[in-house]
This record gives sequence, C-alpha cells and structure tokens, in this order.
Amino acid sequence: MPTQGKRDEPAFRMSRRKMMKGVAAVLGAMALPAKDAPASVWESFFQKNFRELSPDDLKGVLARLEKEYSEKYKKAVKVRATPPVEGILYGYGLDLSRCIGCRRCVYACVGENNQSRDPQIHWIRVLQLNKERGVDLEDAEQYYNPAKVPEKGHFYMPVQCQQCEYPPCVKVCPVQATWKERDGITVVDYNWCIGCRYCMAACPYGARHFNWKKPGLPSAEMNPETHYLGNRPRPVGVVEKCTFCIQRVRNIPGRYTACVEICPVGARKFGNLLDPESEMRYIIENKRVFILKEDLNTRPKFFYFYAT
Amino acid sequence: MGRDCLRHWFVPGVATLVLCLVAGVATAAPPRAGGDAAKPNGASTPEKQFAVPTPPFTPGIFPCSECHKEMKPNPKRRELKDEHTNIVLNHGQWRWCLDCHDTYDRDRLHLVSGERIRFEESYRLCGQCHGDKYRDWKVGVHGKRTGMWNGEKQYLLCVNCHNPHDPRFKPLAPMPPPVRPGDIR
Repeated sequence: MPTQGKRDEPAFRMSRRKMMKGVAAVLGAMALPAKDAPASVWESFFQKNFRELSPDDLKGVLARLEKEYSEKYKKAVKVRATPPVEGILYGYGLDLSRCIGCRRCVYACVGENNQSRDPQIHWIRVLQLNKERGVDLEDAEQYYNPAKVPEKGHFYMPVQCQQCEYPPCVKVCPVQATWKERDGITVVDYNWCIGCRYCMAACPYGARHFNWKKPGLPSAEMNPETHYLGNRPRPVGVVEKCTFCIQRVRNIPGRYTACVEICPVGARKFGNLLDPESEMRYIIENKRVFILKEDLNTRPKFFYFYAT
Repeated sequence: MGRDCLRHWFVPGVATLVLCLVAGVATAAPPRAGGDAAKPNGASTPEKQFAVPTPPFTPGIFPCSECHKEMKPNPKRRELKDEHTNIVLNHGQWRWCLDCHDTYDRDRLHLVSGERIRFEESYRLCGQCHGDKYRDWKVGVHGKRTGMWNGEKQYLLCVNCHNPHDPRFKPLAPMPPPVRPGDIR
C-alpha cells in the first residue's frame, strides 16, 4: 500500500516557467523558414526596411524580386525603385461637375496596379451622392448599378488615397512600414508590413486595403512594369493603397496615371503643385476647390473641384 | 525765410516727381496688356496651335469637296432632303449647316469674322460661343489629355467627345459595382 507522501511525489517535474520557455522556442523555430528553403527566402527573411537598404542591398533585393516574379508569372517582370524627383509635389484634381460615375477608373487602376482580382480589391471607390444633399457621406451609395449613368438627381465622387500632408496612417504604423515620400506619395514596404491594419483604422478615407488571402492575380493580366513601393505583386497579409501610379509618374517624362488616362469625360487632372504653370495650380487658383474632410487637418493633395 | 523758400519748392518738386513716376508706370503697363488682349481679335495674329488628333469624320466623308465641287452652292436656309439626312441638328436654336461650314470652301469651316479654318482648328469655332470652356480647354482643365504629365501630351478636339451636331455627352453603361464585403469568400 503506497504511502500518502509517495503518491504526491510527481514522476516528472516541470515548472510553468520552463514550459513557457519550451513553447516559445518551438513556436519561434516554426516561424523561421524551413531548413531546406531556398536562399532567397532566407534573404527576404533578413531584409532590412526599404529606407535602410544600401544601394547595393537594394540592387540585390530588386534582382531577387524580379527573378521571383518572373518565374511566378512566366514573363519578364521589371521591379524598379525610382526615387522621388526634386522639385515635384504631386497633386490630383477631380472635377465633380464632370464625373458620371462610370467606374472606368476603378478597373483601369486594378489592371495597372496588379490588385487581387479574387478576392476583389479596389483602390478607387465611386460614391453616388444626392444632388439635393450635396457631399453628404452618410447618404453615399457605392453599389449603384443602373443601366446607364449618370442617373438623374445624382452626382458621383470617386474616393481614393488623398496623399495627405499629415497622413494619420503613417503616424500609427508600429513598425514604420509606411511613410510619406518627399514627392508627397505615401507608400508601403510590403516586405516590412506586419499586417496589423492599424493604418486602415486610422485612414479617414477608407483608402487602405488588406490582402486577407493570397492575391488572385492571373499571369496574363499581370502588369510587368512595377515599382517596389507601388504595384509589384503583394504577398498575403499586407496592406496596400493608391500610389498615384508611382511606377508611371516618377519618370522623366512620366506618363499620366491609369485613372487619368482612362477617364472618358476628362474629369481627372494631375500635375506638379510646385510648378506655377501646371494644370493643378490653375485649378486651385481659378476654380471652386474643396478637400475631403478638411476638418481633420490631414491636408490632402487630392482636390475636388467644380469646373463650371 | 531761406528755409521756408526751400520747403516752398521742395514739396511740390517731390510731388511732381512722384506723379511722373506713377503716370509712367500706369502708361507703361497698358500696352503690354493690350497686346495680349488684341491677339484673339485680329485674324492676322495667329493663335497658338495645338497638337490635336484628326477630327472623327464619318469614314469616306472627307474631303467634302469630292461631292460638292460639282454642285452649285445654295446659301438659302432650308432643311436638307436628299443628303445628310442622318444628321439631326440638336445644338442651340436657329442654326443651320452654313453657320459653321463654309459655303464656298466645303473642306473648311468659317468663323463669324469670315476667316476660314481647317477642321483641325475647329476648337476656335466652338470657342466663339463657349468661351469659358475654350479658356479652360487651352490650359488643360476642360477635356482630356493623355501621354506624359510632364512631357508630350495628346490633346483631344471638342468634337472627339461632343458630336458637334448634338453635343450633349451621352450616358454610359457603368462597370460592375464592387463586391460587398459579406460576399467575399
């Protein structure tokens, strides 16, 4: 007959602290790339924040990504990291007296910027508003689908990233994976983003979008002219946003953004705010202009205006 | 006495000098402004040319003189019964063909001044009535431009978007609405 003391003696003794240590070690090891993973996976694992990369590091990173994407999409993909041009501050104008809400811009943007088709991600959201109520976001409808637009008594307001001077999304990022470039474009380093989505909560314009699933991007529709901070293919679990087509506009000469190029009514305008001769400056100086949610002091560089 | 005398001459002297300067500035400025303003009036000072696409003619219709050279021009205002019956003029009131098309040179248009212009310059014709739109179009605010935002741009003519005989922009079918978040799987 066993004694009381012997029965209480545990056969295997482990403190809570020891167990937690073990669990942490195992979980940590699981988060590492597999032992036989290719070198590129290890490289991306140890890649620094974009802004801390030396020119040589950056060259290596771009080469690695180009190789990876070219294999995945079976075409020659170019990944550039064109820096901002001095003396340029991008500004955007949208003529509310012209927009008819046809959504051509939404899909031109998806095609140019390699957004996920399934699950669907759109960087531009076109709101249908009531002419009698004006810009009343409480009354906005984004799922309108009549046979023909514009509908009587309505006007349309496309909303996308407003490229704020004081971007709240940048302020809240806990890892500085998103920042405002010197030319005014707010960008995301998809390799540094941890997917916490704080920025989405902070953005007052609903302009940031999350890759909940692996983006569904057919190779045939993939745009191979990409920018590291813009339209290169995104992994699952990162946030993305409009970059004023950074892969187009940063070149000299640079093409207009995809949404400007497609707009059938010419409601979208784009230019350099620091150039007194630009279309944008003419609009700001001569037209009735407003910025969205001015009271939040985000200072958007996206100007809605009425040309008539 | 001496000091008073000095003041007596000095004050009016300065005043005259200032007046002269002000008058000089005032008279120097107007000719420049007048020169700019005079530009659009006279046909002698050519307007800035814009790189525009070819006008969207109905295929095979241009040059108009192909058919018209055989005909005697009839400047009488009337409804066309035999030709061009597909054109329904829905553009303002009391207009008819030869208000814009030239009676004697069918391959050109004419302005109110009588100046004949090519179809590529039709924006000048439109600008006679739609001056505010013309002003905005010239600086790239009305209408659409494609190409390079900081380089070579492609312009569109008024008639690339607005049918000159029926200029109101026609409604379009919208692209599909976004998927509701609840329907994304």
